[in-house]
Amino acid sequence: MAASSLPRRTSAWARLSRNGLAVVGLAIVVAIVGIALLAPVLPLADPDITAPANRLLPPFSHGAWLGTDQLGRDMLSRLVWGARVSIAVGVAATLVAAFVGSTIGLVAAYFGRLADNVLMRGVDMLMAFPYLLLALAIVAALGPGLLNALLAIAVVNIPFFARSVRGATLGLVQREFIEAARLSGYSNARIILSELLPNVLPVIVITMSTTVGWMILETAGLSFLGLGAQPPQADLGSMLGDGRNLVITAPHVSIVPGVLILVLVIGINLLGDGLRDVLDPRLKSGALSRPVARTAVAEGRTSGTGDKGALLEVRNLRTEFHIGQRVLKAVGGIDFVLQPGESLGIVGESGSGKSVTALSILGLVPTPPGIVAGGEIRFAGRDLLRLPMRDLQDIRGNRIAYIFQDPLTTLNPLMRVGHQVTETLIRHQGLGGSAARRQAEELLDAVGIPQPRTKFDAFPHELSGGQRQRVVIAMALANRPDLIIADEPTTALDVTTQARVLALLNDLRRQSGAALVFITHDLGVVSELCERVLVMYAGKVVESGPVGEVFAAPRHPYTRALLACVPVLGEPERALDAIPGLPPPVDDLPEGCAFAPRCPLAMAECRRGEILLARTGEGRRSRCIRWMELGDG
Amino acid sequence: MLGYALRRLALTVPVLLGISVIVFLVISLIPGDPATAILGSFATPENVERINRELGLDQPLPVQYLTWLQGVLEGDLGRSYSLNRPVLDEVLERFGPTLILAAAALFLCTVLGLAAGVVSAVRQYGWADKLITLTVLVGISTPSFFLGIMLILWFSVGLGWFPTGGMYDLFGDGSPSELLWHLTLPATALAVVATGVVARLTRSGMLEVLRQDYVRTARAKGLREGRVILRHAFVNALVGIVPIIGIQAGFVLGGAVYIETVFQWPGIGRMLVTAISTRDILLVQGGVLVVAASFVLINLATDLIQVALDPRLRRG
Repeated sequence: MAASSLPRRTSAWARLSRNGLAVVGLAIVVAIVGIALLAPVLPLADPDITAPANRLLPPFSHGAWLGTDQLGRDMLSRLVWGARVSIAVGVAATLVAAFVGSTIGLVAAYFGRLADNVLMRGVDMLMAFPYLLLALAIVAALGPGLLNALLAIAVVNIPFFARSVRGATLGLVQREFIEAARLSGYSNARIILSELLPNVLPVIVITMSTTVGWMILETAGLSFLGLGAQPPQADLGSMLGDGRNLVITAPHVSIVPGVLILVLVIGINLLGDGLRDVLDPRLKSGALSRPVARTAVAEGRTSGTGDKGALLEVRNLRTEFHIGQRVLKAVGGIDFVLQPGESLGIVGESGSGKSVTALSILGLVPTPPGIVAGGEIRFAGRDLLRLPMRDLQDIRGNRIAYIFQDPLTTLNPLMRVGHQVTETLIRHQGLGGSAARRQAEELLDAVGIPQPRTKFDAFPHELSGGQRQRVVIAMALANRPDLIIADEPTTALDVTTQARVLALLNDLRRQSGAALVFITHDLGVVSELCERVLVMYAGKVVESGPVGEVFAAPRHPYTRALLACVPVLGEPERALDAIPGLPPPVDDLPEGCAFAPRCPLAMAECRRGEILLARTGEGRRSRCIRWMELGDG
Repeated sequence: MLGYALRRLALTVPVLLGISVIVFLVISLIPGDPATAILGSFATPENVERINRELGLDQPLPVQYLTWLQGVLEGDLGRSYSLNRPVLDEVLERFGPTLILAAAALFLCTVLGLAAGVVSAVRQYGWADKLITLTVLVGISTPSFFLGIMLILWFSVGLGWFPTGGMYDLFGDGSPSELLWHLTLPATALAVVATGVVARLTRSGMLEVLRQDYVRTARAKGLREGRVILRHAFVNALVGIVPIIGIQAGFVLGGAVYIETVFQWPGIGRMLVTAISTRDILLVQGGVLVVAASFVLINLATDLIQVALDPRLRRG
């Protein structure tokens, strides 16, 4: 896809405030922290005054909104004061872990070698412990107490900071500005503090926001076990621990502090997720959209009429990408008809819409953001765009097969190549395991893979690029399809392999009598493999006709320009005229001819109204009003 | 694969040594005289002298460590002064129940987390995704010790469906079904946070994998969507998720401390809490060492599973 959505530069605060959940999280955190901070000035009962007469009052009692505990102390007051302690300890532990961990990470990455080895092996050792267990061991040695619990929790969180900060710093130490600072004679400490630290600060903040919730939970947990806050001091964890034994008679004593911890940590996590999305959009949870099983199709009815004998008939196909407010018209209404056994080349620059056209046929354009906005695709008389999913799946890989560009990424890396071939045989021919294996071995043999029996069990990474693409071809031919769609099948291969793979594809296709749609920017290949050619530009067909005629006498300036780019053997002095300028962005097409801004023949009329695809001869069409001036040859 | 396994196994040796160093150094963190701290109320002058001799506390630290390590390798983790029995015996006795609890929780978090994550990714932005995402957020924010208390309150005290604690009935037959009945609530409470983490990372892993070219290839072959999702996308996503599950094993083993306390589960976690409050340092040391060593083995296992899934990793 040609277009990429550029992130608009807005302040971090504005982006955070657009994230509804993060705002909720912020509100929760601000409310709880605010109340906790204000505890001394709030009209609360003294949290430590016992009143045996009023013990275990239920919530909503007179004078005690949240009831009282086993010593008659006011729960609301204890909750606020307890939250104060829990938050303070959690935040303090986070700061300690962030300080020590970040220092380790910065020093290890900046000095590298021995320092890196020693420090990071130490960090690995800490990571080798179950998280809480090491904290327990530390508390065991230091003795129970809130400060010791804080230290223990901080220590076990150091690795998270050390690792992420080291990772971020490693990417920076090789950069020019660090080198420049070194050459300027800055001290190591100054480089780390004034050059590196500001750049890794977002990473530290992200790590803090993801760990502070845990640290509050874990310090509360240690207090719950009686290893943190010691009476009379109380935090939320020790309150919960006290209430545990009363859970049957007075559940509110444990429910109240427990719910507050839960709500506080939910708020922190919501805020942390939002903060991470803002500071590091690459990590944004769910920012990636996955394509669904089939391209979305806008409402529309099939005309029900068509060319009866045609194998494939594409009528006014329009495929768009909807990205935010932008609508990219990748394919802007194209038509073509393919007869059984015919071979058609589709050529054009990157972004001209040729691949999207090919993917639209079987609904493989990724949705979101892709959508077929209109048109018809009839295959053997049936409109593929409106076919039920299961019927479409019966055609995919069976009657119509694809060969994609890069065989390394199109093959499943974890599956033996033979199984990737048998899979399609089993699916469409209902073969049993051993029959499928036999047939797959024959196919691998037919596409020229040596020792097909052994190679059947190979994984894609164990094959060469050419062999991988032969496997892909075997997969495509497995069910003797009526139509093969090859999308730049040799671009990822080296030149000598390209020629052999193309020859193989051509031979096998001719033997099987399948029709071919061949997508490429290589005009030489088109003239060898195809009978007819479509030239696409900015999502539209600009010229079509028999390959020989079109290449001998182009009737569109764009085709002529493309042909001028092709090197000719034996004419090394021939200038390769790259086409000046770039194709227009497909969400902002100019009026009139899209090629006009780059066209040497363009005149005022070319920039007005819509230029139609006009018949220029037997089986030939051109979308140019000056085609007659191009002459024949 | 076998070669890789052996090389990976060899790599656990330095990790185990590192762990032993850290566990050993814990004693040197003890403020004041370790012998008195270790012995606590058992600190008669004879005992202090004995433990000083046993631990070699009069020797330099490296010598102390080597002496201690030799003992560990011979199965001598010292003697628990509060229980008056060898640490190893007590630790091994308590380890089984913890392992059962942790394994049950790990099983739950793996199965539920993977399923929730896959559904969430496949139905991205649908109501199921939103429901799962919200549940996961609450789940990973839940203090397991609080959840445990609430489960007891609702399901044991309120509904009477499950026992309030313990591993077997006092006069039960000790059958597996009895164990399962006692295991349900603690394993659930222990699994909740880990399930949330696994679900979250499975979702993002699946979203990443579903965009790959090979998923498009699988669809272009006409495979049914179920097979595309499970056989092609999920298996690839799993390679990245298996180590996450290994990390969860660590959280589950640690979190067992809370859950065993809440549910009076006779495992190593509850033993540790008691040992800390009685200042039985050697017992703590032995318990932590054994659990940490088992965690190293779990990580070894997840590494091997990952490599078994992904042939490309076998070369490294």
